[in-house]
Amino acid sequence: MTTPTATAATPSPGASSRAKAWALRAPLLPALIFMIVVTQLPFVATLVISLFDWNALYPDDRSFNGFGNFSTVLSDDALRSSVVTTAVLTASVVLISLVLGLAIALLLDRKFRGRGLVRTMMITPFLLVPVAAALMWKHVLYNPEYGLLNGMLVWLGDLLGFTPPQPDWISEMPLPAVAVSLIWQWTPFMTLILLAGLQSRPLEQYEAARLDGADNWQIFRHLTLPHLRRYLELGALLGSIYIVQNFDAVYTITRGGLDTANLPFAIYQEFYQAQEYGVASAAGVLVVIGSLIIAMFALRVVSSLFREEGSRA
Amino acid sequence: MRRSQSRRAIRTAAAVTVAGALLASCAGAGGGSGSGDGDSINVLMVNNPQMTQLQRLTADHFTKDTGIKVNFTVLPENEVRDKISQDFANQAGQYDVATISNYETSIYARNGWLHELDPYLRDDEAYDVQDILTPIQLSLTGEDGKLYAQPFYGESSFLMYRTDVFEEHGLTMPEQPTWTEVAELAAEVDAAESGMKGICLRGLPGWGEVIAPLTSVVNTFGGTWFTEDWEAQLDSPEFTEATQFYVDLVREHGQSGAAQAGYAECLNNMVQGNTAMWYDATAGAGSLEADDSPVAGNIGYVPAPVEQTDSSGWLYTWAWGVQAASQKADTAWEFISWASSKEYEELVGETLGWSNVPAGKRASTYENADYQEHAAAFYQVTHDAIAAADPINPGVQPRPVPGIQFVTIPEFADLGTKVSQEISSAIAGRQTVEQALAKSQTLADAVAEEYRNR
Repeated sequence: MTTPTATAATPSPGASSRAKAWALRAPLLPALIFMIVVTQLPFVATLVISLFDWNALYPDDRSFNGFGNFSTVLSDDALRSSVVTTAVLTASVVLISLVLGLAIALLLDRKFRGRGLVRTMMITPFLLVPVAAALMWKHVLYNPEYGLLNGMLVWLGDLLGFTPPQPDWISEMPLPAVAVSLIWQWTPFMTLILLAGLQSRPLEQYEAARLDGADNWQIFRHLTLPHLRRYLELGALLGSIYIVQNFDAVYTITRGGLDTANLPFAIYQEFYQAQEYGVASAAGVLVVIGSLIIAMFALRVVSSLFREEGSRA
Repeated sequence: MRRSQSRRAIRTAAAVTVAGALLASCAGAGGGSGSGDGDSINVLMVNNPQMTQLQRLTADHFTKDTGIKVNFTVLPENEVRDKISQDFANQAGQYDVATISNYETSIYARNGWLHELDPYLRDDEAYDVQDILTPIQLSLTGEDGKLYAQPFYGESSFLMYRTDVFEEHGLTMPEQPTWTEVAELAAEVDAAESGMKGICLRGLPGWGEVIAPLTSVVNTFGGTWFTEDWEAQLDSPEFTEATQFYVDLVREHGQSGAAQAGYAECLNNMVQGNTAMWYDATAGAGSLEADDSPVAGNIGYVPAPVEQTDSSGWLYTWAWGVQAASQKADTAWEFISWASSKEYEELVGETLGWSNVPAGKRASTYENADYQEHAAAFYQVTHDAIAAADPINPGVQPRPVPGIQFVTIPEFADLGTKVSQEISSAIAGRQTVEQALAKSQTLADAVAEEYRNR
């Protein structure tokens, strides 16, 4: 993130101030150059490779083919359906985690004994390594033979005296199964952001609203939600950027089968299984362009948050 | 011409970028290729138990005798394939030796990425190349008839079943079962035992997962992926019948969660007593008969079930290949000839136990009294299965290229994986076998067309 260099010093005109400015900047230059080398050069390489017809298994047939790879990507059924899968998965995970996150944040915003402990416990799913979380969902929870979900159904059945259904969760609802594991991981993230938003509420407004006789729902509807709007937007955008790129859940839980292959998985297959370096790079470039559009909105929201905080201070 | 100029500029830029990326990757590897240090080699291998045991034994036995330091990089199967194909395709020379299978060997050899090993094999009397089982040896031979890799261990497939359960319910497993008989037995066990399924078969997507057992079933039902002159056959009656049989069997009497179950999950099911039969790799026997396995001693082994062919076991081997770009081929051979030697097998047997021996590659292993004693239940069936495997002629019709449970063409990894996702979807009941195979046929036909036009 860039640091805002506003209102630091009134710039005096002339060369001396410029020299001073450079004296401040110079120590940062190596870091900037390093950043450019490690982040931008690989992307430029990807861009260049995406213009070539390059299959690693046929090293002698490498040729330049312009935007041919991009048309391949857009006309390939597997890649096209993976775009839809990605959109569905991202939208559903983000929306549901936001709603759940908001509910939990509102609860955690109240004062009660052991609040710190509960907050820490709420955050843990987000700190879990994605692959470990996916493995846990696949084997510990979803497994139809020794999974916890079906085990609980059996226990309930014994308790209430009915024959418990033993659904094969992943086969019967593959995409929801992947989505639920992601929602479980991302709800805490949304909770964190929204909790931060709730803590920065102007409390005198609430006092005034109470004096005016507003009930809880009205206060939530007309004060809390408008105040949280930016934080909701931020959560949605950051969540989208990360979940669009999620690879672990799909790879681990379904191995891309049963129509759950999302874009990162499809690119992985194109690159590593088909060894189509050019096509995979082209698909990667398209994903970056898509993510950039989302990220632009995210940065706007963040900067507006900063502006707001600044104006309030 | 401006256009050609700009195109040349782009090409130069591309070449520079790619070269830069390659240089960076070489430099990042600690300069594996050009260090000129003759007594250390870099080995990239899969993290199977036999490999990790090799890693543990190397320093005290190989390095101590020869002074050659071996730097191992060990990764899970999927990642190791990715890394190997990248390193070998770019001939980066980061690794001198890598574990490649009989699928990669002939493809890599065709591209000139591997050192031929014949000169070493000729001069190395102690290694005794004649001892290597013929099908394994053939599967590591390039199109030019030269050997490009040496096996570390080999495997075929067979049917494993619970002898105690069969006895209890008065069921008999034929010496050489047919798939029809196996399906009947699965139904009977299913009805007799509660909490135990009839059979476990892989359903997890992946060309090395569900496609391997399925293709061996297809072969014996008279089907094939491609005819001799590259006509895709995935929607042929034989292929359809075999796939329908496989899908029905696993849906009716197989494990639950079949569409996500691979080798590891089925092994787990068998060890936990959740299934009465398991058709899979012969390598599974070692784990089932291990000291800590609750089902050890209660497992019977019979050859892979057949329908129209005499045998239907597949053939797979993890073998050592030397990268053509490696500067240390001689040193690499020293390591390979130790790791794949009879002495190493005996070393493992005496220090870690005979069930851990990387078997399935040498005839002498199966004549070793110690090994016979420890692997009494399955050694003969395993040996016979490997010996009977015929990658050149695995079905009822001539094939365009060798391969039993895969087709040895570069495109198969991708094609097999895409087809496997359709099959897996049929196993999950999300589409019919016909639908799955219709889509698969389109994919296979696109690949076949390229070969028809060559």
